[in-house]
Amino acid sequence: MRKVYLDYAATTPLDPRVLKAMQPYFSEKFGNTMSLHAMGLEANEALEKSRENVAKFIKANPEEIIFNGSATESINFVLKGIAFANKEKGKHIITSSIEHHAVLEACKWLEKQGFEITYLPVDKDGFINLIQLENSIRDDTILVSIMHANNEIGIIEPIEEIGKICSNHEICFHTDTVQSFGKIPIDVNKMNIDMLSISAHKFYGPKGVGATFIRKGTNIEPLLHGGGHEFGLRSSTENVPGIVGLAKAVELRKLEMKPEAIRLTKLRDKLIEGVLEIEDSHLNGHPKIRLPNNTNFWFSFIEGEALVVEMSSKGVYGSTGSACSSSTLEPSHVLMAIGLKHEEAHGSLRLSLGKYTNQADIDYTIKVLPKVVERLRKISPFKGKWK
Amino acid sequence: MKTPSLYSKEIMKYFKHPKNVGIIKNADGVGRVGNSACGDIMELYIKVDKNKKGKEIISDIKFQTFGCVIALAVSSMLTEIAKSKTLEEAIKISNTDILKKAGPVPAIKIHCSVLAADALHESVYDFLTKNKRTIPENLQKEHERIQSNLKQVEKTHKEFTEFEEKILEK
Repeated sequence: MRKVYLDYAATTPLDPRVLKAMQPYFSEKFGNTMSLHAMGLEANEALEKSRENVAKFIKANPEEIIFNGSATESINFVLKGIAFANKEKGKHIITSSIEHHAVLEACKWLEKQGFEITYLPVDKDGFINLIQLENSIRDDTILVSIMHANNEIGIIEPIEEIGKICSNHEICFHTDTVQSFGKIPIDVNKMNIDMLSISAHKFYGPKGVGATFIRKGTNIEPLLHGGGHEFGLRSSTENVPGIVGLAKAVELRKLEMKPEAIRLTKLRDKLIEGVLEIEDSHLNGHPKIRLPNNTNFWFSFIEGEALVVEMSSKGVYGSTGSACSSSTLEPSHVLMAIGLKHEEAHGSLRLSLGKYTNQADIDYTIKVLPKVVERLRKISPFKGKWK
Repeated sequence: MKTPSLYSKEIMKYFKHPKNVGIIKNADGVGRVGNSACGDIMELYIKVDKNKKGKEIISDIKFQTFGCVIALAVSSMLTEIAKSKTLEEAIKISNTDILKKAGPVPAIKIHCSVLAADALHESVYDFLTKNKRTIPENLQKEHERIQSNLKQVEKTHKEFTEFEEKILEK
């Protein structure tokens, strides 16, 4: 059976060239970056070279890059670190209602600590309103955190404009670039970004390593206290193989990002066109202002978990925002925020493409999906009396 | 290599090839239930006839379900368990009986399986009410619980619609 992996937004396979770059740093060049002997220096050199590579990719300075364990860690560090370092200045944070759980749950926790959070709504395409953002800024606002591209519906927020507003008001601006990094260009200066979070496994790097960009002069507290690694902002012996892997993956993105974006945009639009031929199927999020690799649909009358499992048995691997698939039994907050009803979010399917996706994969998916939808609709009590 | 599966072989079998899907147009009893935990909905139709001993049995049964793999599979399993059972036996069929047939179900998904037995009991309740029979006390109590669940599901859907309207107003 054909296997079509369309869940690149969840995670990506490690590029063999990245694996090769990492390999010497496990058993051979295994030194601790803090050691003063030659082996320590060797590891430290690899660390600093990696830092430079990552910094260059987003037009930052090397000392503005902090390596850590994941994007979730990075986001928690940014939100809590800024909040606690600036609490004398103010206790107000602005974010959006469609952020990743890492942002939303960290915000919820901060609310318990006495901080006030404004969750900006989004329109039916998924975009925040810039006027509303500006109107939400108060004298005591210490941070704005708005994601670059959404992990479920792939839409791209107007980061440059958001950065400008924050810069005009002299407020720290963090953006979650987990999904956009390495897929579309990011320039922290042009976009007025003060902080961003990334995760290596989303762009063909290893799992368990992420990074934060923090603009020089930003007042922030660390999450982890200890030996003073990463400029005192993230104590922990550095994961050198992981960091080397992240940096190698970044280096490869530099070369591959642009041609891949062009290729995937075409495939994405073909997939969207093909899927929307299914009766009562709908695209979630803006059709064009979205990541080159993201599609997200909902199908009337059926439930997404059953859809994903059935597609899996046909060899197509996707994901869903259905309540049945979540640990909280709540449907996707993103789909609800763009105005979908409970039952509509229940029937959602995300198919995200990547560098190994080809035309034949898309053709196969378009061939299989209508049959799967049709079969599940035959079992559904809604068909015909939905509206 | 074996392909990993979220669910037991038995559940996947019924999910892939469900039995008794559909509606019975002139059904003698209909049960419509909602799952307040996640919003699934199930409709069950029964035909009631007398067996050789003169006892009323479920002679035909069909279902339609809006829900996940577990919900769909147990709906189908239930129809097989309930078919040809007397009404007295039918109202005693519980979720536990269905789960015995289903095999291991992940803890978080147990709630998805409760729909089917509820729908069966509701369809019998509907039959008894339509025919002006006495309703057993247990069945009456259950009916009230199930109806309040269904209302909650419908209310949840309504709350979400209102939430959406509120967002759009802003």
